[in-house]
Amino acid sequence: MDILEVKDLSVKVEGKLILKGLNFSLKEGASHILFGPNGSGKTTLIGALMGLPEYEVTSGKILFQGTDITNASTDERAKLGMVVGFQNPPEITGVKLGDLLKLCLGKPVSDDFSPEELKQIEAFRLNSFLNRNVNLGFSGGERKRSEILQLIFLKPKLLLLDEPDSGVDVESLRMIASEIQRYVENSGSSALIITHKGDILDYIKAKYGCILLNGKFHCFTNPMRIYEDIKRLGYEECVSCRIRTDEGWRNNNGQRK
Amino acid sequence: MDKENSLTKIPHQILEEVQKAGVETEGKNRSATFLHLNQETIAAKVNEFYEGKLELMDTKAALKKYPWLENYRWKLVSKDKDEYTKKVAEEYSGGYFIHILPGAEISFPLQSCLLITQRNLEQRVHNIIIAEENSKAHIITSCLQHSSVPKAAHLGISEIYVKKGAMLNFTMIHQWSENTLVRPRTGAEVQDNAAFISNYVCMRPVRDIQMYPVAYCSGKESRASFNSILYGHKDSHLDIGSKAVLTGSASKAEMISRAIAREGSEMIIRGMIEGDNPDCKGHLECRGLVMDDKSFMQSIPELIAKKKGVEITHEAAVGKISEKEIAYLMTRKLSREQAVSLIIRGFMDVRILGLPDSLESEIKRIVEWSAKAD
Repeated sequence: MDILEVKDLSVKVEGKLILKGLNFSLKEGASHILFGPNGSGKTTLIGALMGLPEYEVTSGKILFQGTDITNASTDERAKLGMVVGFQNPPEITGVKLGDLLKLCLGKPVSDDFSPEELKQIEAFRLNSFLNRNVNLGFSGGERKRSEILQLIFLKPKLLLLDEPDSGVDVESLRMIASEIQRYVENSGSSALIITHKGDILDYIKAKYGCILLNGKFHCFTNPMRIYEDIKRLGYEECVSCRIRTDEGWRNNNGQRK
Repeated sequence: MDKENSLTKIPHQILEEVQKAGVETEGKNRSATFLHLNQETIAAKVNEFYEGKLELMDTKAALKKYPWLENYRWKLVSKDKDEYTKKVAEEYSGGYFIHILPGAEISFPLQSCLLITQRNLEQRVHNIIIAEENSKAHIITSCLQHSSVPKAAHLGISEIYVKKGAMLNFTMIHQWSENTLVRPRTGAEVQDNAAFISNYVCMRPVRDIQMYPVAYCSGKESRASFNSILYGHKDSHLDIGSKAVLTGSASKAEMISRAIAREGSEMIIRGMIEGDNPDCKGHLECRGLVMDDKSFMQSIPELIAKKKGVEITHEAAVGKISEKEIAYLMTRKLSREQAVSLIIRGFMDVRILGLPDSLESEIKRIVEWSAKAD
């Protein structure tokens, strides 16, 4: 069963065509790893899936659990169970992280956190940040921890994570990645994770991976394999070998032919 | 005449509005209470606990009691400054004289309220505040016109003296109406190692307000801060500024304003820091949001350096709410309207006022109530 299905998706940013007729689907209860060099359109893909304003869908359809959400607003998509963890989340002056976390939990800001919620906040080492403005003066690791905790509080069915491992130290990476894995496993939800690095694969169990290059998908296979090949050959060389199918995970189940 | 009576003279419904403007009508958690209704001072009472630490009385009564007070009158604001100062010089109905005695630390804020309930009234007051050496106090003053009054004007002169080593935090909350003309004229003198913090909160619609308080930081290491939270709506016209003149060595000034214009409001936000000492410093920050095409906002920062070594900076941004911030909050299941209102509430962040916790949460309640009430 697929949680998300994308058909012939083309996306423009500031008038420039970035994604060209993408077809793929994400499986229910599985994590998917998306590799790709800078500027290949990975962030655009996530933005378009979430319906963010600067991404203009020029053709195609996005189906979430069978429902066409191509024209749905961002908050409608979020309420259906799609969430995004930003690579560079904005700073919001005057809005406290504590209040935002309560809103993510679906409770009014005047309510208190439950003891379990406080335990989770502590596990993310964010207890001293509750009264601070969202992301203002946060370090890279602090931003990422705040993003992931917000997502977990939103209890999503599908997590779209844009480089959750960039700009974080080894310890934070372990913490963030283990929490993502724990949530995905316990809730049976799905994830699409963008990364440049393989380190995150030590913590996240994923058997589906692929490369996005020049607005097209390539090499649907086991992410560890892809990462090894990219390291050895580089992206261009890696996708040019054409050994693997480009018809999606649906047909090869992540196995090399 | 006994001015110690409580606020029993005021009808209940007016009292309610007074409370919403931040006046604690029972005087709880307040060091003193002053109330001027239309053209009469009806309460000027110091909480027993603070007797001997501060004095509070009507300005006219004070001038009679203390002839020396004349030396503090029309010294920081010039009588001939404009038609409004001239009018007050001609005739006025009183005002408050607040005297914080040397070394006194007033933990609870002192409250004052200037209220208009009479139609077509031109209220004219003259206030004098003296914070004696090494004293420390917070003043919260609310000015309001009852919503049933169709038209009125308020002309208020305030002269504020912050003496050596003193700290005075002065928070003014304006709750005028769509028909009030408001012309405050304020001057402050800040002496050696003294600090003057002037906060201004204007949340209700107002026909026309124009003010430009000036702080003269003549003392060594004197400091002045002006912080304002301005919400212009329903065709309000606000021309709000502040000026600091830094002549004392190592004197400092800081100005922070947050302004929102909507529903046909016009807002001009000014700020001038004049550096006239080689090691003075100043910073000015203005952020404004314009919510529709009928409204107008102009930020006019002015930085003047008259000596080598002066260091004055500014940052200003006026425009729309960031779409990126709205979209971010929408990914957290907030609707567009909820996201905008959260950003606006956060934008009018009372934490910029540097108030003690209890007072900060009071002001926050006023800001949130006013933002909701339109």
